[in-house]
Amino acid sequence: MKRFLRTREFNLIILIVVLMIIVAFRAPHFLSGENIERIINDTSILIMVSIGQFFVILTGGIDLSVGSVIAFSGMAASMLNQYQPGIPAAIVFLVGVVIGLALGMINGAIVAFGKVPPIITTLGTMSIFRGFTFVLSKGQWVTAHEMTESYMAIPHGSFLGLTNLIWAAIIISAITYYFSRYTRTGREVYAIGGNKVAARFVGVKEEKINFIIFAISGILCGIAGVMWTSRYAAAVNETATGFELQTVAACVLGGVSIAGGSGAVPGVILGALFLGIINNALPVINLSPFFQMFIQGFVVLLAMFVNTMMDKRNEKLLLNRRRA
Amino acid sequence: MENTNTLVDKSRLVDEKTVKARLVTIFTKWEVLLLLIFITMCIVFSILSPYFLDYFNLMNANFTFMEKAIIALPMIFVIMSGDIDISIASIIALCSFAMGAASASGASTPVIVLIGLLVGIAAGAFNGFFITAIGMPAIAVTLATQSVFRGIAKAVLEDQAYTTYPESFGFFGQGYVGDTLIPFELVLFLALAVVMWYILHQSSYGRKVYAIGNSTSAARFSGVPVKRIRFTNFVLNGLFCGIAAVLLTSRIGSTRPNIAEGWDMEIITLVVLGGVSINGGKGNIFGVIISIFLLGYLKFGMGLLNISGKVMIITTGTLLVVAVLLPMILDQIKAGKKITRKAA
Repeated sequence: MKRFLRTREFNLIILIVVLMIIVAFRAPHFLSGENIERIINDTSILIMVSIGQFFVILTGGIDLSVGSVIAFSGMAASMLNQYQPGIPAAIVFLVGVVIGLALGMINGAIVAFGKVPPIITTLGTMSIFRGFTFVLSKGQWVTAHEMTESYMAIPHGSFLGLTNLIWAAIIISAITYYFSRYTRTGREVYAIGGNKVAARFVGVKEEKINFIIFAISGILCGIAGVMWTSRYAAAVNETATGFELQTVAACVLGGVSIAGGSGAVPGVILGALFLGIINNALPVINLSPFFQMFIQGFVVLLAMFVNTMMDKRNEKLLLNRRRA
Repeated sequence: MENTNTLVDKSRLVDEKTVKARLVTIFTKWEVLLLLIFITMCIVFSILSPYFLDYFNLMNANFTFMEKAIIALPMIFVIMSGDIDISIASIIALCSFAMGAASASGASTPVIVLIGLLVGIAAGAFNGFFITAIGMPAIAVTLATQSVFRGIAKAVLEDQAYTTYPESFGFFGQGYVGDTLIPFELVLFLALAVVMWYILHQSSYGRKVYAIGNSTSAARFSGVPVKRIRFTNFVLNGLFCGIAAVLLTSRIGSTRPNIAEGWDMEIITLVVLGGVSINGGKGNIFGVIISIFLLGYLKFGMGLLNISGKVMIITTGTLLVVAVLLPMILDQIKAGKKITRKAA
């Protein structure tokens, strides 16, 4: 219990509660169950993609192409739906996911087998995938009346009182939590991020792990792409521009070390929720949407600052204890 | 350090290598490869379009990428010492916003420029403080300040824009040197490039930047003031963003909150394509200068041929990945050959 109280997750929970109470003072309906469900629903896509980003950052890399993968797979799925309305939504969904997976595997192959640093690879593919989204759509949008009812129902349908979108986020969170903690491959991801050389000596195949994590990120972006376009009933070429930064911010807030090797899925989920709450709270407390960018950046900076200072204090405590 | 290396290499060349081997080492050098690509590109474009090799066109094309080129210079230092700055475009927005506000309240041109530069320096120092004094990772800090800096401009300007600037302010981004067709921006860039070349390749400061990039701890143990130099790099970056903001604002004559959006990635691409290792410690200023003109004229040439902007995005991205991928593959092939030779 004492150990839990000192974790980053616990700090974040306190931060989130404090933030919600402050907002609730100005707008009591912010704490209503309905609104909280709306926040989680709005944040579900960010949670999924941030988890994909988390695995990449865990190995010491970064995936800057998530926004473009979302845009491409979302656009491809929507156009399939537009031109072949007869195909069932479930198949369209699968096609979107497979496309996301394929793009993720391209990233993974370049990083793992071409030995190109992840930041360079994904910086390049960010432009490439975004460019191909335009080429594919010829600059056109797919709008609500061009989509079928069943396609738009993918994220909105509900089961046991929660939307499919929230269920998707819950299921993905559960699977990735299990994967990262209890499977051999999951632990190997941590090993690579912690110490590459040591990991190689104990037989971890770095290439394989790098390939797998980018494939995972691709799958999650594929799911997010379909969810995004069907939820907002529009597939735009600019879908999810700048989303990569939000996912990295969610990870950093959630205590994932940007150098790799440390962090956990629950932290990432809380980090994403924290960002989601800020986004949702601004209109509620009557702040102009133009303030959103500044406040989000400021809060992320502040949270990271507090985290770093606490880490430093903990390190000092640890050192003193060793000396004593 | 690098100087002695090249000296050793040179003496080895004279002693051991044949002319052919010497040619191979020259042509596999990154800057030479880039230069060859650049020349090939120019030849291809001048065949495809009669307007490419036009003095007037070539000079005016410089306007489209000189601001980015100027920021690429201090970015070499930042990336060289193992850091990164993804807040540059937002620093430009903040500087431009400050200049717009000053101009709206009736400031004269020198005051406007001074304010732009000072805001740039302050923003760079703000980044540098959190990265070096507090010890937070550069990518995380500049990720946050990216939103903070542009957020300030957005919060105040909302959907408005500053469009009134003194007439003399227009010179920086639109002016030519004397009666020639040479843009002032180009001359300024070349002058700054010479200064940065001197700092990077001739001064002890530059040596220290290389040392930090190669091994931070080794540099610290050798008495290099690592934190102070990294901090200075970020301040320098901020100052150059201020300069670029002056040029850009002057050129387009207005300040909108979305000014220079997306430049971060473009400028990092310029530096990396120029052969500066993203892990720090490797690269030089010549490669970056070639890559600046390579990408700039590539876009200009493709524009002449009516190729859409989206295809340009794809080309730039592919160029970046291939540029890094190719040497790695070549190395692997070389290594593979060596192994087989040994085995034989």
